[in-house]
Amino acid sequence: MATREHFSEELENLKADIRELAEDVKQALVIAIDALHNRDVEKAKQIIEDDHLIDEKEEVINEKVMILIAKQQPVATDLRRLIIAIKITNDLERMADHAKNISKATIHLGEDHPISIHPGIREMAEVAFDMVDTAQNAFMLEDISFAHKLSEMDDIIDEKYGKMIRELLELTANNPDQIQYLMQMAYSARYIERFADHITNIGEEIFFLVKGRTYDLNE
Amino acid sequence: MNTLMKQKKVDNKTSVKTDKKEIKHTKSEAAMDKNVFEVNNLNLWYGNDQALYEINMNVPQNKVTAIIGPSGCGKSTYLKTLNRMVEMVPIVKTSGSIKYNGEDIFSDKHSVEGLRTKVGMVFQKPNPFPKSIYDNIAYGPRIHGVKKKAVLDQIVEKSLRDAAIWDEVKDRLNENAFGLSGGQQQRICIARALAIEPDVILMDEPTSALDPISTLKVEELVQELKKKYSIIIVTHNMQQAARISDKTAFFLNGELIEFAETDKLFSNPSDKRTEDYISGRFG
Repeated sequence: MATREHFSEELENLKADIRELAEDVKQALVIAIDALHNRDVEKAKQIIEDDHLIDEKEEVINEKVMILIAKQQPVATDLRRLIIAIKITNDLERMADHAKNISKATIHLGEDHPISIHPGIREMAEVAFDMVDTAQNAFMLEDISFAHKLSEMDDIIDEKYGKMIRELLELTANNPDQIQYLMQMAYSARYIERFADHITNIGEEIFFLVKGRTYDLNE
Repeated sequence: MNTLMKQKKVDNKTSVKTDKKEIKHTKSEAAMDKNVFEVNNLNLWYGNDQALYEINMNVPQNKVTAIIGPSGCGKSTYLKTLNRMVEMVPIVKTSGSIKYNGEDIFSDKHSVEGLRTKVGMVFQKPNPFPKSIYDNIAYGPRIHGVKKKAVLDQIVEKSLRDAAIWDEVKDRLNENAFGLSGGQQQRICIARALAIEPDVILMDEPTSALDPISTLKVEELVQELKKKYSIIIVTHNMQQAARISDKTAFFLNGELIEFAETDKLFSNPSDKRTEDYISGRFG
């Protein structure tokens, strides 16, 4: 009989929990971006209301990790698995907060605002969705090649973000009456950019898990 | 000219001083890294069965070195080789070299008794003599010829203090050591080992027969003892190795698989077999 089957099973369950949380967070961003495009204030409000469910899942995962550390006294890779579980969960929770922030922007903009949603928002969001999937693969397979990809994808987002901000600045110069709306657009872009940074952090955490040392993918 | 010469002299002095300083610095660094045991290509057989294979391992001075590994991996054999206790088994053969403070322990120049005076041992089960606490501690010094009561008193108190048990037994030194708890008996055995002023203390699973609180007391004691002694401890309790040792050696099937700083070995071991063993995924 293999040793520590029970502990291994608990680790797998924890992984499944984190994966589920990542799916929830991705969905929150998908809905937040749709709501922004569709001027759907009700949906945006729903995202904000549902955020506490994600916070609760984070708490449950942290509690499980704490119990496993106390009871199983893990070392080496097992210990790193549990440490990064807490860190990844924390990143996911912050990512959900950014989906919530985008929803707040949607509410600020309202249903009748005069501007069209900048196409950069959708483009950045699409890359961010891919990043969540890639991070999930990296996490489930404990494979750092995916973690490296995350760094490249984050660069794409940063580039799109820079371009979009420059264009928005030009728009504000020519349409000073629309500044309040254009600002909400810039904020939303910023939230997606921050969302992606957290996914890059997850890549770094997986690197730490596999290699046992820290690595800055943002460098 | 004179002034120049004077200047030169001064320069020379300064440079000599600097050199001395540097030498001193290097010396103290060397002392810090000094090895109490240097083991090279050690092989050991019980009859035809080989128990240790090509062990190369330097044991650092004034540090706690832990040896971990599954039953039958050779860790106790290795420990008992360091003070040649293993030779009490008549069919034992060894090859390779073990140097204690630079001197070959197998050389005819040195007696086994001399080695064992310097390299003391504490065993798994507390094994005090059926004598008073005082006599347990005074036993070794008496054998070594200490007769004066005042000197013996001093040794007994110092040894018991060093073993962190003086306060618990100072008022009952004439009572039989068997009356003490297991944890206290083990610390008496440690005090007994300290009484003959060893350099190194070998500990063979010293806490495996103790309750958790006594275990922690012995662990605290080990941390104190390393200031004066070099300690090598065989333990089945991996958390204990992680808690108290500076370096850890992992043995498997008579081979030394990995020997590293404890922080490194328990957080990021180099060998997959070490990782499997310390994370309890073995076999």
